[in-house]
Amino acid sequence: MSSPVFPFSAIIGQDEVCRALMAVAVDQSIGGILIFGDRGTGKSTAVRALAGLLPPIQVVRGCRFNSDPESHNEGTSPKKPIEVEKIPTPVVDLPLGATEDRIVGALDLEAALTRGEKVLEVGLLARANRGFLYIDEVNLLEDHLVDLLLDVAASGENVIEREGLSVRHPARFVLIGSGNPEEGELRPQLLDRFGLAVDVKTPTDLDTRVKIVKLRDAYERNPQSFVQEWKGKDAARRRKITRGRKLLAEMHVPDQIIRSAAALCAALGTDGLRGELTLIRTARALAAIDGKAEVGMKHLREAAPHALRHRLRRDPLDETDSGTRVARAVEEHLGC
Amino acid sequence: MEDSDPIPNQWDDACLVAALLSLSPRHCKGVAIRGRHGPVRDAWLHLLDDLCGKSTKLRRLPAHASEQRILGGLDLAATLKAGFPVADRGILADANGDLLVATMAERMNARLAAQIGQALDNGKLIAEREGLRLKSSARFGLVVLDESLDDEPPPSDALLEPLAFRIGLEDIPPNALDNPNYTADCLVAARERLPRVFTTDQVIEALCAASLRLGISSVRACTLAANVATVHAALKGRTETSQQDAEAALRLVLVPRATQWPQDEVPEEQEPEPPEPSEAPDNRGENSDDPPDLQELTDILVEAAKAILPRDLLTKVAMQKSIRARAAAAGRSGVGRSKAPRGRRAGTRPGQLTSGQRLNIVETLRAAAPWQTVRRRMNEGQGANGQRIEIRPDDIRIQKFHHPTESTIIFLVDASGSAAAQRLGEAKGAAELLLADCYVRRDQVALIAFRGKSAELVLPPTKSLVRAKRALTGLAGGGGTPLADALHMGGSLAQDQRKRGRSPILVLLTDGQANIAKDGTQGRAQASADALSIARALRAQGIQSLLLDISPRPRAAAAELATALDAHLELLPYADAQSVSNLVRREAASANSGL
Repeated sequence: MSSPVFPFSAIIGQDEVCRALMAVAVDQSIGGILIFGDRGTGKSTAVRALAGLLPPIQVVRGCRFNSDPESHNEGTSPKKPIEVEKIPTPVVDLPLGATEDRIVGALDLEAALTRGEKVLEVGLLARANRGFLYIDEVNLLEDHLVDLLLDVAASGENVIEREGLSVRHPARFVLIGSGNPEEGELRPQLLDRFGLAVDVKTPTDLDTRVKIVKLRDAYERNPQSFVQEWKGKDAARRRKITRGRKLLAEMHVPDQIIRSAAALCAALGTDGLRGELTLIRTARALAAIDGKAEVGMKHLREAAPHALRHRLRRDPLDETDSGTRVARAVEEHLGC
Repeated sequence: MEDSDPIPNQWDDACLVAALLSLSPRHCKGVAIRGRHGPVRDAWLHLLDDLCGKSTKLRRLPAHASEQRILGGLDLAATLKAGFPVADRGILADANGDLLVATMAERMNARLAAQIGQALDNGKLIAEREGLRLKSSARFGLVVLDESLDDEPPPSDALLEPLAFRIGLEDIPPNALDNPNYTADCLVAARERLPRVFTTDQVIEALCAASLRLGISSVRACTLAANVATVHAALKGRTETSQQDAEAALRLVLVPRATQWPQDEVPEEQEPEPPEPSEAPDNRGENSDDPPDLQELTDILVEAAKAILPRDLLTKVAMQKSIRARAAAAGRSGVGRSKAPRGRRAGTRPGQLTSGQRLNIVETLRAAAPWQTVRRRMNEGQGANGQRIEIRPDDIRIQKFHHPTESTIIFLVDASGSAAAQRLGEAKGAAELLLADCYVRRDQVALIAFRGKSAELVLPPTKSLVRAKRALTGLAGGGGTPLADALHMGGSLAQDQRKRGRSPILVLLTDGQANIAKDGTQGRAQASADALSIARALRAQGIQSLLLDISPRPRAAAAELATALDAHLELLPYADAQSVSNLVRREAASANSGL
């Protein structure tokens, strides 16, 4: 009954966001992506479309935490061989009005009411393990839920304590947030959890606009056949991600690139090492998407605004926005 | 343009919107209506109800309905009775296929508004609440009733942006409500025609081009305009969109979103300022080499837009922006303050009961109720009395409160030159008057005086009248005017106050004439350039300010500074403490009214 999601490859005029999403899909250790921009720029469309693009993952059959068969040795008896199944990479929506018990996990209400039994029902964090957790309008999320997310994201582990039951399970996920900064800013602690911050601009050239409107119209009229039409292109993007993941292991990062990255971060005065690390990782992932064996200056230049923009110390009286400051520093230190 | 219809009046357009919306809520999404409760609005809602016929119902969405009521949740009474979880579906899910009417939408909490906007966008609702996962179709149309006054923040963008139409019913006299030409029956035929209506490339392209020239950034506005053109064609009995449809879409969807006077497409003549509408060049005939139809249609649309755009468009857009920026800043500073147990009740949250928190007993019992069977079973054999209600720490629900922001009024007083003594005296008097009743408003007052080479924080933010009196006695005046330094200091103090959850208001008493630059050097030009650039930075941060020009004769410099700051400018050649304190109080009240 529900219509299929808008295909990723049919999103046009949003290359920066799409490339950044693919980079995170290639290397999840980049750690989250924040998409900021005006309303009506298709932020959530891009994220939802990503779900259709991700290659499936292998999990222990029936495991509620999407455990990886490779590292699954605790808790099960060694005699019993592990059964493996493939599931789509989870992309879990965290709706703004979600209550805490649904996020963390709690007792199964139905079992408790009908049979008086204590059965654990896992929450959104368990379902998102090894996948993506998406929060639309992340800047409007309630404070106590933000605290909870920060805590879990930092430790990679979720603890459920309810009615005398206590369960610990891995909760490693890539956080994706989108929002409009004009409607309330993000707390710095949460901002810092995102590896990349992408500023979505709305396309201002006529041809792109016309194309977007026509594609949208075609999709609305007949979603099924539209998705079918774009299947091939989506598959090509999926192959890029799969190939990228393989290339990543062998990726060569020249010394010069590392030095330039360090110089750039020093010039911008970003806090801590995290910025530099994310910058290099993102450049590597971008190179991998392009099918390269070596990171180039071009990739570093592309990664810099996303990886550094949200890590600058804010000068309350500096008018220029942080994106411009990064761009200026990139110009200066990475040349053209 | 000659053969197009005369511009329809507002009521005709409002009726057209009602017809289009009831024809296809799926294409149009909805409408935002400005105007207070009254006969015109009632008549319009009546018409909409009539046109929808029996298939679609109008349902009310009250502004203060709880999250639970709107998104759904556990129906506790039914659950306990049935012995298994029963969901309360909530207003949004119930409205599937219907039209929702959101009353007093400007009062709706931003988070709820965002969720309604998301449901509208996705056509479905996923709620994870109270032990249940609720997934339901939520294809509804939304009618947003906006009753905000001019200087109040309008409803959240999350609600407005997805809607195709924005109309104002304020200026329509109640005696001019003719019977419209639309009936529920003619809509039935149009509804059948709609799936076969072809949206021509030309109409799509012309609408997109018009959107760019009107400075509309959202691409969704283009999609909505194309949708409306299609629905309009179906309404008028066509199977292909035409110029009339494009004009209607432009008038109803694009023009209300315009942010600039249409730029003419000749690149070498690009003017940053809007040209006078009367001298709009008519160069349509000259570039006949272009694809004639598209260019022509675009020009027709842009000319039509010029005819109906309000003359004071730019002022209006600027005003809306600053109101929004302030609302956002206020919302931001409000974060983390909802812990104090006073103000209006605003939902509950799970948590530990520590001192200063208030327990919400009903919600706590609600949380505990479903688990009683399990808990009793656990306690069997332990000799516990099975009749008691067992409440565990997990069940505790804390009442959250929301209360209006407390202000910090930061006086920036020009203590330079000859008028210094008088100005300082009046500022001191005003600060004291404000403090005298601050125990009611919980405001704080700070004072920065600037003279000579730099600004000085004479009175750090305080509620104490005694302290203020002591700090303000014996302030000297005279010397240069380091306005930039003063603004810088005021800005930092304002930011600091914001971090503490207060909303700062800068009150400047000056004639705006700076002569000491940021780095302390003399020179009028550099000094005023510095001051203006800092002022713009303050505006970008959404810091509210009030400028009281106290020079005997009003000067351009003060006006320029007020524009850069986006401050209200008041001329007070004979400033006295009482009038200063009244003005400041009014400013503070307008800051809080939007919350």
